Amino acid sequence: MNSENKIAPKDMARNNKNNYIVTEEDSKGKNNKTISHISATTGINRRRRIQTLSFLVLRVAALVNGIALLVIIYFMVSKGWMAISWEFLTDMPRDSMTKGGILPCIVGTLYLGVLSILIALPVGVASAIYLNEYAEQGKMIRMIRLAINNLAGVPSIVFGLFGLAFFCIVLKMGISLTAGALTLAVMILPVIIGSTEEALRSVPDTYREASLGLGATKWQTIYRVVLPTALPGILTGSILGISRAAGETAPIMFTSAVFSTPILPTSIFDEVMALPYHVYVLATAGTNIEATRPMQYGTSLVLICLVMGMNLAAIIYRSRLRKRIK
Amino acid sequence: MTKTARKIKIKAEDLDFYYADFKALHGISLDFYENEVTALIGPSGCGKSTFLRCINRMNDLIPGSRAEGKILLDKLNIYDPLVDVVSLRKSVGMVFQKPNPFPKSIFENVAYGLRVNGIKSKTDIAYKVEQSLKAAALWDEIKDRLHESALGLSGGQQQRLCIARALAVEPEVLLMDEPASALDPIATQKIEELIEQLKENYTIIIVTHNMQQAARVSDVTAFFYIGKLIEVDTTDVLFTKPALKQTEDYITGRFG
Repeated sequence: MNSENKIAPKDMARNNKNNYIVTEEDSKGKNNKTISHISATTGINRRRRIQTLSFLVLRVAALVNGIALLVIIYFMVSKGWMAISWEFLTDMPRDSMTKGGILPCIVGTLYLGVLSILIALPVGVASAIYLNEYAEQGKMIRMIRLAINNLAGVPSIVFGLFGLAFFCIVLKMGISLTAGALTLAVMILPVIIGSTEEALRSVPDTYREASLGLGATKWQTIYRVVLPTALPGILTGSILGISRAAGETAPIMFTSAVFSTPILPTSIFDEVMALPYHVYVLATAGTNIEATRPMQYGTSLVLICLVMGMNLAAIIYRSRLRKRIK
Repeated sequence: MTKTARKIKIKAEDLDFYYADFKALHGISLDFYENEVTALIGPSGCGKSTFLRCINRMNDLIPGSRAEGKILLDKLNIYDPLVDVVSLRKSVGMVFQKPNPFPKSIFENVAYGLRVNGIKSKTDIAYKVEQSLKAAALWDEIKDRLHESALGLSGGQQQRLCIARALAVEPEVLLMDEPASALDPIATQKIEELIEQLKENYTIIIVTHNMQQAARVSDVTAFFYIGKLIEVDTTDVLFTKPALKQTEDYITGRFG
């Protein structure tokens, strides 16, 4: 095989010329040779090596991701699991937060995540429908899109300051669950709009044509055909959004989260404690930073579990939806 | 076919169509008769599908496009600004090149047109769905799995489902854009038999690349070439004694 591959170009040209004349000899024995000539001309071995190498690089890249996640989880679990107990999950903090539990933080983060997605999802989906289905594509739309993309790139601390200035002060909401949820909602809007638009674009135009062809209005087409088909994709966006909202510290530290509250929030105008902010507080401003180390890891572990739990629920729901559609 | 009984259902008068700056149709004037099948043939890019999609104004969806001239449906110009496109499309149904059932159940696919047109009664819907599926010669094959996904059907069944879906809203005209081009020969034959039956009740206009198909299913054939209507006649005459050399060359396969 190898020697065959090393035929000089001149010989190859001659052989190729001969190949045009199909003799009986050709069909019997020489065929093998002909095939290897073709291989030689296209450098099959070299291409195969490149392919093996490329796949190896891709595989390593993918593996790095998985390993990174595993390392983080291992780190959190190994350092945090001894802090986790029933009391830790269901009790209020005691003794200047060096003892007791983190219940108000869990509750606060859950409220913030759910509330912000409740605000951002309808607005985001509506915007995406308008941009993708209704709006005449032009300068105006390009500007709006550009603004959305830039919004996605704004650092979260800037959202925090904006929330403080606008929601807390101008709209007089003060430090409250509402102000924090609104700030987070603004922050995750681009994520939701982006993934919803992506999902809408992936709905085949033939569905729209079929629906319009049956005498459905544009809105009926969107509501009854396009949206249900795009729903799993929209859900993916919400998953990403809710994870980000639950995990962020900066946007809530000025708008909604507080160092410590003696009670669980009873209304959306209450201030709350939140898991990410609690970790920050324990690790940087606590009364006894070293002593609360296990609690810091424990709180982080709870946060990760909470976010993953929300993701998992959404993923299960999404796969159910997909099954129903197919 | 008794010539005296022929009644014009659709009349195109000097129709031009533009995709932005490109003129795709040049002054098409063509009559379609009630309860007849008219085939539009011609090489790719000749404008036959564009013309078909003018008849239910599906081309309105393409930004920058515009039509000039008239298409009369029972003497009503469908390009009149007062015409409601939604109700036009209800009376001019369409079947597309690739079967495009919605990702819903078989039943819901057929019921869709009824629901969007405001029919709420469950018994009415169930009755209409059954009638439409029977009319599309699909009922016997799928009556036991009406509530399974339409995407599980074969290509040919999907296309008949799309025909049933179009029939459910009781159109007067059925536009078919190469309805069998994505199907195997047996499924194609079923669609062709179906077209034969459907013309009892509907006016059918079919775009096809397949000349044998045009010859088999249609009463009238119109030959398009580069955006112009070259020749139109009864299918028998067009395929046996075409008036123009250009038509003859195309149908005998000398150019395409």
